[in-house]
Amino acid sequence: MFAFAVRRITQAIVVMLVISLIGFAIKHEIGDPVRDIVGVSVSVAEREALRDKLGLNDPFIMQYARFVKDALHGDLGHSFFFKKPALDVITAKAPATLELVFVSSLIIIFVSIPIGIYTAINPKNWFSRLTMGVSIVGVSIPVFLTAIILIYIFAVELHWLPSYGRGQTINIYGWESGFFTLDGLKHLILPSIALSSIMLPLFIRLIRSEMMEVLETEYVKFAWAKGLSKYRIWLLHAFKNTLLPVITVGGVQLGILIAFTILTETVFQWQGMGFMFLEAVERSDTALLVAYLIVVGALFVVVNTIVDIIYGLVNPTVRITGRK
Amino acid sequence: MQHLLDVKDLEVTFALRTGSLIAIHGVNFTVDKGERVGLVGESGAGKSVTGFAIINLISKPGYISNGSVLFNGRDLASLSDEEMRHIRGNRISMIFQDPMMTLNPVLTIGTQMIETLQAHLKISKTDAADIALEKLHKVHIPSPEKRLRQYPHEFSGGMRQRIVVAIALLVDPSLIIADEPTTALDVTIQAEIMDLLRELCESEDTGLILITHDLGVVAQITEKVVVMYSGNIVEMGTTTEIIENPRHPYTKGLIQAIPDKRNPGERLNQIPGVMPTLMDIPPGCSFHPRCTIKGEICTREIPKLKEIDSTGKIVACHMVSAEGEVQ
Repeated sequence: MFAFAVRRITQAIVVMLVISLIGFAIKHEIGDPVRDIVGVSVSVAEREALRDKLGLNDPFIMQYARFVKDALHGDLGHSFFFKKPALDVITAKAPATLELVFVSSLIIIFVSIPIGIYTAINPKNWFSRLTMGVSIVGVSIPVFLTAIILIYIFAVELHWLPSYGRGQTINIYGWESGFFTLDGLKHLILPSIALSSIMLPLFIRLIRSEMMEVLETEYVKFAWAKGLSKYRIWLLHAFKNTLLPVITVGGVQLGILIAFTILTETVFQWQGMGFMFLEAVERSDTALLVAYLIVVGALFVVVNTIVDIIYGLVNPTVRITGRK
Repeated sequence: MQHLLDVKDLEVTFALRTGSLIAIHGVNFTVDKGERVGLVGESGAGKSVTGFAIINLISKPGYISNGSVLFNGRDLASLSDEEMRHIRGNRISMIFQDPMMTLNPVLTIGTQMIETLQAHLKISKTDAADIALEKLHKVHIPSPEKRLRQYPHEFSGGMRQRIVVAIALLVDPSLIIADEPTTALDVTIQAEIMDLLRELCESEDTGLILITHDLGVVAQITEKVVVMYSGNIVEMGTTTEIIENPRHPYTKGLIQAIPDKRNPGERLNQIPGVMPTLMDIPPGCSFHPRCTIKGEICTREIPKLKEIDSTGKIVACHMVSAEGEVQ
C-alpha cells in the first residue's frame, strides 16, 4: 500500500508540473505584467528597465523555475482586477464551487447506483426501458438548457425555489458555507440538479451495462449454485465487481464536473470559481486565469489520486502489485 | 428403494425469438445414494444443460418444459425460488468447469465459504470459519488459516478447484454435480482433483454426477455411465459394461477415440462429421448421418431406448439387438 501511494504521489507531482508549465506558458505569452503595473504614458526605456528589474528578460526556463518556486510558496500571481493575490480570490470563491460539486456528486451516486442496478437486473420491464430512453435524451441536452428549464419550472412558474445566487451563507473558519441554513440549502437544489444532470444518464448507463456483463459471469452463476440469497448476489457479488470500472470512469468524470461548473454557475449567478473564471476571461485577468488553471488542475489530481486509492481498496489485485 | 435422484422425461426448451428449440428430449436416469454416474458426450450433447436443469439453473431463455426431477421424492422442477435456493449449495452442490472463473475475484476465500454456510445454516461466523477450515484441510490445502483471508488470484488453478470442491462439500450435500471439473486444468492436476473427488464422495457416501467428454476419467471414477447425443440418451449401463462392451455406434466411436487404446504411431479413430446443432437435427435417429451401420429405418424413425441383453444396459439404436449388430 505504501509503495502504491508513493507511486501515485510521484505521478501526481509530474502531472502538476506539466499543468504549471502550460499555465506559465499562457501567462508568459499573453500576460504583460508591465502593462498591469504602469500606464501607457511610461516610455519604452523605462519599461525595459522595469522588465529587467522584474526578471522578465531572463530565459524562459529561469522564469518558469521562479514561477514554480513562487507557486510552491502559495504565490500564484496578482489579480489586477481584484488588486489581491490570485490565490486569495480563488480560495474565497472555492467553497461555493466545491459545495455545488459535492452535492451534485451525491445526487449522481445515490440516484445512478440504485437505478443502474435495478435496470441491469430487470432489463426488460417498462421502468428500465423508460430510463434508457430518457437517459439518451438526458445525455444530449446541454447543461445550460437543463438549468434554464429548471429555473423556468421551479422558480418562475411554481415559485418553489430561488433561481439564482447562494442565498444565506455562514462563515465557518473562512469557509462560506450554504449547508447550514435553510435558505442556503434551497439555493443549492436547482444548480446541483442541473450540474448532476450531465453525468447522471452516463453513470446509469455505465453501471447498467457493467452490471449486466457481471451478471453473466461464471462466478455469479456459481453464487446462484451456492444457494445464496438474490440480494447478496446482486448487491455484493455482482455490484462489487461492477464498481471497478465505474470508479475508474467516475474519477475522471468528477473532474469534468468541476469544469462544467463554469456553465452552471453562470446560469445561476453562483459566486464560485467557474463564474469567477468567466469574468476573468472577459477582463483578461491573466494571473487569475492561470491561478484557476493550476488550482483546478490540483483538485483534479487530488480527486483522481483518492479515486485510485479507493480502487485499490475495492480491487484486491491492485494491492498486491503495490506490495511488491 | 427410492432413488436419491430420479430424472423423469426431462425436457428442456430454449424459447428464442425465432421459435422454440428443444435441447433435451425427455431424458430418464437415476442416481442412488453414494452412486457415481458419468454423463458423457461431445460438446453440445446436452450434458451441462441436463446438469443445470437438475438444480433448476438453466440460463435464460432455457426452461424445463416437461418432466420432473425427483430428489428424495420431491420434484425440484416445481419448487418455488426460495425452496430451490435451500436445495442449491446445501443438498445438491455444483462444481464448475473453469476454476479461474468460478470464484469471485473481489471476495476472500473465507467470505465465499462462510456465506455459503450462513445461507443454509443458522451459524455464527466463527463456527462457519471452523467448518471452512476443516473442509479446506480435507481437500489438502496447506495452512488453511492463512488461506481463508486470501483472494482467488493468490491461488493456482489446481488450488482454486480444490477450494471449489471444498465449497461444494461445505454443507455435506447428498449429491454433487461436477461439470467438466478438470477440463481447464493440466493433466497431473486433473488426476489429483479426480482422486480427491472420488475419495470424498466415497467417504461421505455422496452421490456424484460427473459431466465429461473424457471416457478415461469416467472409467476411473464412476459406476454408471449415461451417454448423450444431441439431447438424447443413446446408451446407459454400468461403467464396466459400457467401456468393455459398448453397443451403440456412437459410444463405440467415443471409446475408440481414446488415445491410450491405440498403439504408438497409429492414427486415432475418430467419429466422422460433427454433432448437429439444435437448429438442424436430422429426422429419425439424430446420429444417422455419422453412423457407419445405419439402415433405411434410421432416417425415418427415432430409435427408442431398449434393453438388449441381460446386463441391464439400454441402447437406443435400430441396428443393435441381443444377437449382434444389424438384423
